[in-house]
Amino acid sequence: MSVITYRQALRDTLRAEMVRDENVLVIGEEIGVFEGSYKITEGLLKEFGPRRVKDTPIAEEGFVGAAVGAAMLGLRPVVELMTINFSLIAIDQIINHAAKIYGMFGGQTSVPLVIRTPGGGGQQLGATHSQNIELFYSFIPGLKVMAPSTPAEASSMLRAAIRDDDPVLFLENLGLYNSKGEVPDDYAEPENDDAATIGRAAVTREGSDITLIGYSRMAMVANQVAEKLAEEDDISVEVVDLRSLRPLDRQTFVDSVKKTGSAVICEDDWLTYGIGAEIAASIQEGAFDYLDAPVRRVAMAEVPMPYAKPLETAALPSIESISTVIKETLSAVGKRVG
Amino acid sequence: MADTAKPKGGTARASTAKRRTRKDTTGLGNEKPETLLDYYRQMLFIRRFEERTGQAYTQARIGGYCHLNLGEEATVVGLMTALQERDYLFTNYRDHGYAIGKGMDPKRVMAELYGRTDGVAKGWGGSMHMYDTETRMLGGYGIVGGQLPLATGAALAVTYRGGDEVVMCQMGDGTTNIGAWHESLNLAKLWNLPVVFVVINNFTGMGTTVDMSSAEPELYKRGAAFRMEGERVDGRDVLAVRDTAARLVERAREEQTPFLLEAWSHRQKGHSVVDPAKYRTEEQRDEARSDENDPIRIFDAQLTKAGVLTDELRDEIAASVKAEVAEAADFAENSPHPDPSTLFDYTYATPVPNESRRMPADPVFAE
Repeated sequence: MSVITYRQALRDTLRAEMVRDENVLVIGEEIGVFEGSYKITEGLLKEFGPRRVKDTPIAEEGFVGAAVGAAMLGLRPVVELMTINFSLIAIDQIINHAAKIYGMFGGQTSVPLVIRTPGGGGQQLGATHSQNIELFYSFIPGLKVMAPSTPAEASSMLRAAIRDDDPVLFLENLGLYNSKGEVPDDYAEPENDDAATIGRAAVTREGSDITLIGYSRMAMVANQVAEKLAEEDDISVEVVDLRSLRPLDRQTFVDSVKKTGSAVICEDDWLTYGIGAEIAASIQEGAFDYLDAPVRRVAMAEVPMPYAKPLETAALPSIESISTVIKETLSAVGKRVG
Repeated sequence: MADTAKPKGGTARASTAKRRTRKDTTGLGNEKPETLLDYYRQMLFIRRFEERTGQAYTQARIGGYCHLNLGEEATVVGLMTALQERDYLFTNYRDHGYAIGKGMDPKRVMAELYGRTDGVAKGWGGSMHMYDTETRMLGGYGIVGGQLPLATGAALAVTYRGGDEVVMCQMGDGTTNIGAWHESLNLAKLWNLPVVFVVINNFTGMGTTVDMSSAEPELYKRGAAFRMEGERVDGRDVLAVRDTAARLVERAREEQTPFLLEAWSHRQKGHSVVDPAKYRTEEQRDEARSDENDPIRIFDAQLTKAGVLTDELRDEIAASVKAEVAEAADFAENSPHPDPSTLFDYTYATPVPNESRRMPADPVFAE
């Protein structure tokens, strides 16, 4: 095992897949000469040349759609959208085209496309650059949506996304790029076939008192919360990392709730109609008789994200706010609260 | 011979059409009679096929939206005969004629319209979404402008592999105002891609005229912003369309660069089958449906004058077209409806765990 950043895991895995498969090319703004806004494509232009590392004009609809068209002819484009906010400009090509082409034409042509893009607030980027709108894509049959939270997941899930024949929205997170974690020593080898299973969640920490569910950055925060509550309050939190937002692995978190009897969901998106709403609805249907308390959600405050740091910090879920809600939930069921 | 530059008196004229009109009185050049008759038959076939489609729609055999190529037959046949078999085609939703022209079996096109299992997309696409990998007609698209980035990307894949195929991307006049138009033409020129963008100008996007929607209504000039050569051709003239399109297609193949072609013709009926086109004045309607603007009547008169088409041949062709269209309708009528058990067959190409196969009333967790 070696310890690397989430960024390096992505970069090295992407490179390995380009070495492995001539049909893999990367397309996006500032990914070549500039080496990527977040340096995920660092060194790729130098190594693979402009044929396989295609810098584009600022034209998200055009180049995302072009990647879809190239995928229809059998290439395996990996598109980088600078942030998920800019995917809104390409949303017609993602939802009306990438997601539809396989089914709408009776299964004749698949679209082996990956759209990598970071979400995440907390960077003081203001209202238009801090949204978490993965829900839009998670809503759409025909798309697959993956959201790794650790360097190891980033590597094995990106490999899976590139080798999958369907369009995958691959959600990264600005707040995770510098986070570190263990990865297998051969994670960057083109021969490595360790690809994650799309459509599977994971219990990343076992516990018995309550289930805490998150994805992407919030899955990492969930583990920090669990650590803190174990140490400070002797509360045993079981953490479920959704990993795949579509397909959604409901059974994994429902099984966990059946064991613990209560659940809190933490999410970086807005609460109303958000991903947590789907999780909560699934829990009530799948574990109704096991629930000892209402399912609570900790989500972003429903405002356009402000720039000023105190306002931004107040709007985002935190270790503290999640801990509070867990304690409130446990207190509601009469379980001990530290 | 009609002026090739009808809209707004533009300056681009298809040189091939001019050459023919100058040098011979028939306007047919040295074309072989069998080629001319083949085009005539193809055009007539599309006319009758579309009429049958409109009829089946009003009889509720066909659902959804349904846009016909009536009045556009010379353009369709001219464009499709300009392509090589290996070339790719992307179109908008007015796609039945193009599908047939690119080589799809009309029976399977009609079956798609009927939503049956023998349809080209197994009943998943319908009128707006004809598709066939075999003949390289890569869709019929219902979203205006949606096909432009896709066609651009297909051409990117061709050049990525060093292939010599050309991509043709058909669209309507209204498409020239959408963002995807600008982004795609820019990318295609910037990346030196072999695409021919073809604008079918029937002067009206649904009910909105080109003058109402385009600040530059001379549509073939709109490639200028991307240093893309554009030409306009009289879309009622099948040979002019074929010659102009073929020249641009072969130049795209040779020079590895995109071109823009505008072909104008009249939409004989409403935007779709259900549109009575009340926004047209009587004068406009009469013009769109007049004999002098009907590509089949124009071609018929040319072929008759040249002695290529005789009364006997005309009857023969009409009868064979009628029979083949009837056969397509029968085939569609008798093709099975898709079974609801196949509902989840085409959501994903790579199966993964936890794909939803829940029917509307099913519980989320099946016991």
